[in-house]
Amino acid sequence: MLEVKNLTCGYPSGFILENINFGLKKKEFMGIVGPNGSGKTTLIKAITKILPIQAGEILLDGADIGKMGFKEIARKIAVVPQNFNMEFDISVEDFVFLGRIPYQNAFQFWEGKKDEEIVETALKLTETFQLKERLVNSLSGGEIQRAAVARALVQQPQILLLDEPTSHLDIGHQVMILDLLRKLNKENSLTISAIFHDLNLASDYCDKLLLLDNGRVFSAGTPEEVLTYQSLEKVYNTPVIVQKSIVSGMPHVFVVPHPEEYRKSD
Amino acid sequence: MSIKRKKKLASWTTWICILLLFVLAIGVFSLCVGSGGFYFKEIIFSIKRGSPEFSILFDIRLPRIILGFAVGGALSLAGVILQGIFRNPLVEPYTLGISGGAVLGVTLNMVLGIAKILGVISLPISGFLGGTVVIIILYFLSINKRILKMHELLLCGVMISFVCSSLLMLLMAVSKTENLHGIIFWMMGSLEQPNMNLMWAAVIMSVFGLIVSYFFCFDLNALLLGEEEAAHLGINVEKTKRLLFVTASVLTGFSVSVAGIIGFVGLLVPHFVRMFVGNDYRILNISVFLLGGGFLVFCDALARIVIAPLELPVGVITGILGGTLFIYSILKKKLIIG
Repeated sequence: MLEVKNLTCGYPSGFILENINFGLKKKEFMGIVGPNGSGKTTLIKAITKILPIQAGEILLDGADIGKMGFKEIARKIAVVPQNFNMEFDISVEDFVFLGRIPYQNAFQFWEGKKDEEIVETALKLTETFQLKERLVNSLSGGEIQRAAVARALVQQPQILLLDEPTSHLDIGHQVMILDLLRKLNKENSLTISAIFHDLNLASDYCDKLLLLDNGRVFSAGTPEEVLTYQSLEKVYNTPVIVQKSIVSGMPHVFVVPHPEEYRKSD
Repeated sequence: MSIKRKKKLASWTTWICILLLFVLAIGVFSLCVGSGGFYFKEIIFSIKRGSPEFSILFDIRLPRIILGFAVGGALSLAGVILQGIFRNPLVEPYTLGISGGAVLGVTLNMVLGIAKILGVISLPISGFLGGTVVIIILYFLSINKRILKMHELLLCGVMISFVCSSLLMLLMAVSKTENLHGIIFWMMGSLEQPNMNLMWAAVIMSVFGLIVSYFFCFDLNALLLGEEEAAHLGINVEKTKRLLFVTASVLTGFSVSVAGIIGFVGLLVPHFVRMFVGNDYRILNISVFLLGGGFLVFCDALARIVIAPLELPVGVITGILGGTLFIYSILKKKLIIG
């Protein structure tokens, strides 16, 4: 459903994504991993047309994203950002209602009954219904993330992109958010692509992974194919050990603290 | 529509009605007070068309009230729009140096004696030209590869504002004493505007600004989340920023040209209204417009009666009253939050 072909794009400051190729099939859950500064967030910006493409193309259901309007893209792709920086506060319910903006007609001033139903469903699905009167800036990290997912859901997208959805959360909330995403993926047939820093969570939850390194795709495939110690040591520049998780059976990555001491004890 | 949303609509409607009543009450109050006071029933029953009282009320005071309302509304609306696109609660219409440009235009006019040749009407025109020049400079300084950089715009604005005030001081230092009084009085702001056409132009301008602001109310709401998030919601952020920047600038430039520098309205009123109605621009725009207009008319009435029969510059009142209210509201907010 989403195809990225020979994509090259970058910032005027010099960082560049080069020759990116990958495909995202319907109902897939893909993780984007890679070191800091490898271009993960830049890739999301390119897909949503925030950053102009220099070469290559991005196809959504066969249609070129470059030729679509912002509004049309917003009805198909929703983004949950890493964090919000809101100077002026609004209630959670108003916040989620903002996700209906791509569907507003030019002279529509008030949300319709359908909008309300969609918002209510999303609030209940993400378990934020009881928070709807609260102000967004008063929420905890996990609550904000759930509200942000709710806001993305009311855009009724075909693809949901998330930028490090679990990075500020404790393990309990990490699992809560990712279980929610998995449920949306399996039960609501939502295609999802998320940036991860935690390779083990990525391995446990994603159908496939895209490993970026310095603006290029290093490898892509199932977690077993991508998370090998050879690639990870090369990309992250630190020794690692990869073993199967005793819970999920998926590859888990263990870092090696102060490796020189381990070498001595050999 | 759900009960919750109905309630919201009802509370918004009530709020607008209260504001309208408030504006009406201030209008009547302002009509009655001044160097010669009237009772409201006198105005309705006993003053006849053609009498000197009638002339004071409807040829002098009423136009002044209407102008005050238009300028106050325009400045407050410009403030709330700029705060929205800059995502910064401290931005106000004068931050960007547009007022500085306008003052400079007027001062140049006075120093060079253009007004004596072309008539008094050339003063607001040169003010507006000065403001426009600043808008154009600002725009081209901060546009970079077709992207309007908001932080650069803000910095350039503050700098231009300093440059303008220095140039103004230079002009004042070399100008004749008889011009100085006029310059200073104009800088302090006054709603005394004998030209009816200018008054109506101000009214049309501010109503036009209000209409434009409503075309962009959802875009402004989306911008609450940030520029990128707004783009993810399908907003054409660049177009929105540019059009709203120009709208707010023109509103500011025009207000300053007609009434001089009337400080604090554009900062105080949006801040105050946000505390009461929240940050949804659908209700914010109209509330800010009404309250801003009402506030300025009220300040002008005070300016006329405090040392009657003399008049204080209205900027003095908005500064003192506005500043005090602003500090009070921040203190109160702190107490509530703890």
